[in-house]
Amino acid sequence: MLGENSHVSSGTLKNSFERRSFLVGGLQAAVGVLLAVRIGWIALVQNEKYATASESNRVNLTLIPPRRGAILDRRGAQLASNRVEFRIDIIPERLVDKDNTVTILTRLLGFDAVQAQDLQDKLEKARGYQPIEVVSGLEPKDFDKVLVRLPEMTGVVAHQGFTRWYPTGPSVAHLIGYVGPAAAKDYEKERNPLLVTPGFKIGKDGLEKYFENNLRGQPGAQRVEVTANGKFVRDLEYREDVPGKPMRLTIDGPLQDYASRRIGLESAAVTVIDCHTGELLALTSMPAFDPNQFAGGIGRLQWKMLNEDDHIPLLNKAVRGLYPPGSTMKPMATLALQQHGVDPDERVSCPGGYRLGNRYFRCDAVHGSVDMRGAIEHSCNTYFWSMAHRIGYDAIAPVAKLLGLGQEFDLPGVNQRYGTIPDAAWKMRRYKQEWSAADSLNASIGQGYVSVSPLQLAVMTARVASGKNLTPSLLFGHTKPPGPDLPFTPEQLQVTHDGMFRVVNGSGTGVGSKIDIGGIKMAGKTGTAQVRALVARGHYGDWKGRDHALFVCYAPTDAPRYAMSVVVEHGTFGARAAAPIAKDVMTFLFDPQTALDRLHELEKGWGGTPVERMKSRYSTFVSQYGTSAPKVGDDDAVKAAIIKADQAQAPIEAPTNVPATTRPEEPVEALPPVVAPAPAPAPTQAPQ
Amino acid sequence: MSRRIVPEAISREPWQVILPLFALNTFGSVVLYSAAGGNLKPWALLHTIHFLVFLVMAFVISRLPREFFKAITYPAYAVLVLMLVIVDLFGAVKGGSQRWIDVGFMQLQPSELMKPGIVLTLAYFFDTLPPSMTKSWRALLPAGALIAVPALLVILQPDLGTGLSIVAGAAVVVFLAGLPMRWFVGAGAAGAALAPIAFFTLLHDYQRNRVLVFLDPEKDMLGTGYHITQSKIAIGSGGLWGKGFGNGSQSHLDYLPEAHTDFAFATMAEEWGILGALFVIAVFLWTFRWGLNVARNAPDRFSSLLAAGMTFTVFFYMAINTLMVTGLAPVVGIPLPWISHGGSALMTNMACIGTIMAVERWSRWSGSLSGQ
Repeated sequence: MLGENSHVSSGTLKNSFERRSFLVGGLQAAVGVLLAVRIGWIALVQNEKYATASESNRVNLTLIPPRRGAILDRRGAQLASNRVEFRIDIIPERLVDKDNTVTILTRLLGFDAVQAQDLQDKLEKARGYQPIEVVSGLEPKDFDKVLVRLPEMTGVVAHQGFTRWYPTGPSVAHLIGYVGPAAAKDYEKERNPLLVTPGFKIGKDGLEKYFENNLRGQPGAQRVEVTANGKFVRDLEYREDVPGKPMRLTIDGPLQDYASRRIGLESAAVTVIDCHTGELLALTSMPAFDPNQFAGGIGRLQWKMLNEDDHIPLLNKAVRGLYPPGSTMKPMATLALQQHGVDPDERVSCPGGYRLGNRYFRCDAVHGSVDMRGAIEHSCNTYFWSMAHRIGYDAIAPVAKLLGLGQEFDLPGVNQRYGTIPDAAWKMRRYKQEWSAADSLNASIGQGYVSVSPLQLAVMTARVASGKNLTPSLLFGHTKPPGPDLPFTPEQLQVTHDGMFRVVNGSGTGVGSKIDIGGIKMAGKTGTAQVRALVARGHYGDWKGRDHALFVCYAPTDAPRYAMSVVVEHGTFGARAAAPIAKDVMTFLFDPQTALDRLHELEKGWGGTPVERMKSRYSTFVSQYGTSAPKVGDDDAVKAAIIKADQAQAPIEAPTNVPATTRPEEPVEALPPVVAPAPAPAPTQAPQ
Repeated sequence: MSRRIVPEAISREPWQVILPLFALNTFGSVVLYSAAGGNLKPWALLHTIHFLVFLVMAFVISRLPREFFKAITYPAYAVLVLMLVIVDLFGAVKGGSQRWIDVGFMQLQPSELMKPGIVLTLAYFFDTLPPSMTKSWRALLPAGALIAVPALLVILQPDLGTGLSIVAGAAVVVFLAGLPMRWFVGAGAAGAALAPIAFFTLLHDYQRNRVLVFLDPEKDMLGTGYHITQSKIAIGSGGLWGKGFGNGSQSHLDYLPEAHTDFAFATMAEEWGILGALFVIAVFLWTFRWGLNVARNAPDRFSSLLAAGMTFTVFFYMAINTLMVTGLAPVVGIPLPWISHGGSALMTNMACIGTIMAVERWSRWSGSLSGQ
């Protein structure tokens, strides 16, 4: 090799060229072979893998949200249905020019500042592929306007779909709950692409949430060919959705709506139970939110409205509100007394109060000599104090529990709080204190530590009225068999029924709400429960300080069919605020037209139906606050607000908060102020 | 037999290469027709017209005498270098990379012309170099300078791909010129050692990124890796027979980027399968074989080096492009001649073919002379 260096001639160079050109040629052939092998590897051996990849590029699978199962009332009328609508969504991740797109959209849809702000809020909170509802229920012509401009708004989805519709809006809000777009957390948990499909809604509360799996159904699918930019090319395949299963409730839709609307401006709960079967016919709590408005996400002003309302629209008072039952407990107490050998005809003299040791418990009035029936009719505390002192409160508490007070019922999808029927063991556990005789007196008239829910009051009334151990149920066709027979004789029950009859039809506390519809009469019992100790009942000062008004009733009196409880928060007197509502709702059951006429008359004075009132309140808020309201939080914030609403609801406030100076001695209707000592503060949350 | 019917001037042309190349180019037009969604416009028709125009150009080149080639070599080299400097200056002023000069009727890409240009220059340089100096350092220095100046100017643009193909074309000429083998082995070893250093210091971020992505395409599915992945999907989903003419979803639905230029081979393979790919590879190998044969039979050193260098220039295009679209090389913006749409590269390659044809003519001439 080295030797060659010195004798380089054109001949040797030519030889070298010849040799090396074959080397180059070999390289070229090698690359050719390499390529052929490589292509063979990709296109033959790995063909399946790449064919699949190519196919998944080409084909876009679009899920079609299933139609949600309807929720029906006992007669098959729709409480929650689906309605066809045109809607616009934004998929944030696909947005190319966010600001421009939002500007075009808000102009096309004619959004005002508040609506534009709500949209902006939703966009800020948005994560990835989670679609955001811009608007739903569009008019076809507005929809067309957006459709035309769609090509320049990448990331905007316009389509026709189904949306949840609650024909009676707020009337069923607490019962049924509401639906809304799935949260990022839901998606992380379930990993179901349906959850991030525009237009799909998930149950967020109440029955909608609990029965999500039944109501959801199977999504349909549409396979379309799309370009790399997501542009539609052509349809390939279409599969119909399978709608969710409908669900029938025991609820009587018109009754539910009537009761909700009849509550009017009050903060109240009305519960109606069928005395034959235990089926819940109405379970209402007002004020409420409009579930139709929640479906697309909550706007700032709606949120402000709900949060600032001292009537706590986010709280389902029928099952989550706890109140001292007051005198509504007395019919139950008469059963307990009879069970322990008290003769109903035994008379107790009421001098206007009852002395226990050195303390004097004041009754409403000087009732003179009263027997058991009269004690119910006139709501005489003295009678119950003296009797409770005789047989002991421990004999009353088990009967209260037996009739449903302080009990939780098996009602799927209904999140209840069960309150307290106190006894010695409970007080020791909770407060490390001995049960006192004064506690017994307070508890025997439904004050002190006693707290129950409106649902429990209705169950109690239904059991007293029917004499059967009815179990409440909510799902139609799934009536629950009654529990073990109640240990009361018909004669004992008759005494209690007589007393309740006289409350309304005799000279009792509820005569103002008497009904007589073709011989059908109502029996009941009023109750006025203290909110603040040491303040006179019927206190007219600030709303929050007023007593709760209660009324329980059933009808017809000779063969009880319907039992009802009405609890009006801070409604002053039971006879004044609660009984008239009960009277109208009961009337509706037997003579709907008369009841409706009365409702329409009342609603004129209230400024329309709940939906109308909400609407006008909203426009007031718009003009008052505009875009200055604070942002709405996510689902967690909504939940937190509801929990807060839950806790804000306190049966009795601590005595330390009470202005002890105001104690007017006015003639009062049902319940005396408890003379010293004040009842211990009742717990604000369900103990046990 | 055919010689009697067809005039000598026509039958003498290397139809055994021109016809396959025409077939290849027509195949390219078919692919481009499909890529345009079944339209002659904007690419297919122009692609054929380009070929015919440049074929005429190739014939013209093939008629040029050897002395003409030699005479214009250094002036042409000087002009090209000057143009590269101008392009670089424009780029520096305007910011960003500048690769062409607008000369009114077309955009002239001097770096593209430099590929055959450097081959011509070195062929002439080694032709004039006394054989005894071939293996001395004194020969290597001017040759190195001739290569380094344009290569650096192109790399500065920055256009690493074209810069490297200039170096590659030049290196092959130098190699074939007979310089000591151990220099190439040494240079190869040094290159291998320096490559990692150059990778981390000399390359631009986007270039470095392309190499990294080439090593692991899935890492950057939405960026550069997307190109490689989609190209592999196109080729892989084609299978043996392809999806059929007009059925390439990857190209038609825009998943394949640059489906009509750099990734035209993938567009082709998706619709025509392995068979189409083998046809393309075969035509290229056939052309290379012809080119090297011409080089070996060339009458002199200049002609041999010229023909071999031109063959390699065409080869470099083809190799880099096909290796890139099959995922064996990083993404570099080099088209596949006769298949990809683009006049500039086709012109360069047809110029190479024309030059090889010229060499063939010269050898026939000297061959017939010696025969007499």
